[in-house]
Amino acid sequence: MANNSMVESRHPWKAWLYLAPALVLLLVFTVWPIINTVRMAFLENYSGLKSVGGQTFKFGFGNFVKVLQYKRFIQCMKNTVLICFLTVPISTMLALLISVALNSIKGLQKFLQTVFFLPYVTNSIAIGMVFAAMFNIVGSFYGTENELIVTAGIINNIIQFFGGKPVNWINYGSTYAANITVMVIYIVWNALPFKILILLGGLQSVNKQYYDAAKVDGTSRRRIFARITVPLLSPMIAYVVITGFIGGFKEYTSIVGIFGESMGPADDKGRLNTMVGFIYDSLSTNSQGRASAAALILFGIILIVTLIQLYVSKKRVHY
Amino acid sequence: MAERIEIMHEKNMQKETSKQLILGYVFKVLVYLFLILMGVIVLFPFYWMIISSLKTLTEYRLSVPTFFPTKIMFSNYADAFTTASLGRLFLNTLYVGIVSTILSLIITILSAFAFARLEFKGKNILFAGLLATMMIPGELFTITNYSTVTNLGWINTYTVLIVPFLVSVFYIYLLRQNFLQIPNELYLAAKVDGTSDFKYLCKVMIPLSLPTLISITILKMMGAWNSYIWPRLVANDAAHRMVTNGLRNAFKDTTGDVNYPVQMAAVALVSAPLFLVFIFLRKYIMKGVSRSGIKG
Repeated sequence: MANNSMVESRHPWKAWLYLAPALVLLLVFTVWPIINTVRMAFLENYSGLKSVGGQTFKFGFGNFVKVLQYKRFIQCMKNTVLICFLTVPISTMLALLISVALNSIKGLQKFLQTVFFLPYVTNSIAIGMVFAAMFNIVGSFYGTENELIVTAGIINNIIQFFGGKPVNWINYGSTYAANITVMVIYIVWNALPFKILILLGGLQSVNKQYYDAAKVDGTSRRRIFARITVPLLSPMIAYVVITGFIGGFKEYTSIVGIFGESMGPADDKGRLNTMVGFIYDSLSTNSQGRASAAALILFGIILIVTLIQLYVSKKRVHY
Repeated sequence: MAERIEIMHEKNMQKETSKQLILGYVFKVLVYLFLILMGVIVLFPFYWMIISSLKTLTEYRLSVPTFFPTKIMFSNYADAFTTASLGRLFLNTLYVGIVSTILSLIITILSAFAFARLEFKGKNILFAGLLATMMIPGELFTITNYSTVTNLGWINTYTVLIVPFLVSVFYIYLLRQNFLQIPNELYLAAKVDGTSDFKYLCKVMIPLSLPTLISITILKMMGAWNSYIWPRLVANDAAHRMVTNGLRNAFKDTTGDVNYPVQMAAVALVSAPLFLVFIFLRKYIMKGVSRSGIKG
């Protein structure tokens, strides 16, 4: 090592030469934005357009107060939090079950593993459009009694096949609960591959001795799952939960995929907007101050959730 | 007496094991049923996309759905191709994807090499600082980057789609880890032989970390293919539009009475390259993905 640094210390500028392209780009597109976003967030009512016009803005917390008082922002935050707290536990549980099941079989394992990874390499807008088609009702469904439904959509067809009643999932007049259900199904479908990949990878590296010992002791399957598999997998579970929450708080394109840029059913546009959507809306109306404040709030939430989970997993994650 | 007890005991044991055996089989069948059911649910949207894309509009709108098109309409694909002008979108996206991947690889290799092999003051602090930026959501950068690229006059150019995302701290991190695994002795030997750093990087380190470089290439190309938010903001004109934006723009309506067969054909065409990548390069994607936690 000493030898190495001796060789190198003659040309320390060389390292900076190698780093130069990355550092220049990072300064412009990463470091400056961090500084500037904080600056704009604390300049009350900052607008890029007005700033060019020579207007000055006074320092204060006005943007944050305004954002938090804004009814649409609260709705966006509610949507985001709801989606997070529904999709992350559901997808983690499902992924855990699938991974444990996959790990326990021999035949078809490779094939099924490939099947479960397939949704990962998809375009969330494109496949969102497929989900929209599956839930969409063709024909009139405007809430009045005597309207005709041409096609209820494949999901409703399946529900009807099992004797259920068709639901207005995403069309004009659909309920908030129905919309969120569709979003949760789509996001869970989309989130499974990554989680299965990580959890199955974890399972395959678990020492088989634990299971052999449990077998000798005649431990029941449920007990093995709860007392051996889950504790041994806890670091991977913590990892997929944390990345799941971070991704969930940044949810945006899946909603555009299903509802289009109106972010909601035809009669209530923007109903399903998320925090990221709010930031882009503010940006497109040239309210950079408000957008920056919202972005910092989003960052704060992600940071707090991550820190809480790291703290919890430090206590709960075994080995 | 003792013998009899032993025989009885053995019989009990046999009963027990055969009962366990049956339970084990039942359990195995249940496991397979569960996995196959989940597999069908996972695959169903793809199946629905493909059969819908081949149906006539009348057949799609039947109140009792058909699970295989009675009349196969390949013309939907031609319609989709022209409606969304997919040709232009594919070329734009390929251009942006290829140029940004090449430039990004060069930058990533150079900086990963500096962090893995060269000694300079403040190396560890700088690297930690870079890693810390990974925690910040991208939206926070976008707000300022939007005004930066506007001021630079880059709106509606290819440059604006390529340059702001050339550096990925995650890729630098990934490659640096790979470079660190290459034994230092090789480097010192090369030094003794008078090989320059750059030559060593090209002749030894790049070939040895080819799998990681391939993973980065695929993820970067997929990123270009799936990007939506940034292109919509800065380059949504017909000449520079990317494929995802074009798809969303061409088919604005998702609900109501939409010509779904054509729309699904367009979706299938946009998804096709991703499936090809999946089939041939799955191994590399899985390797890159398992360490990232990011989508495309």
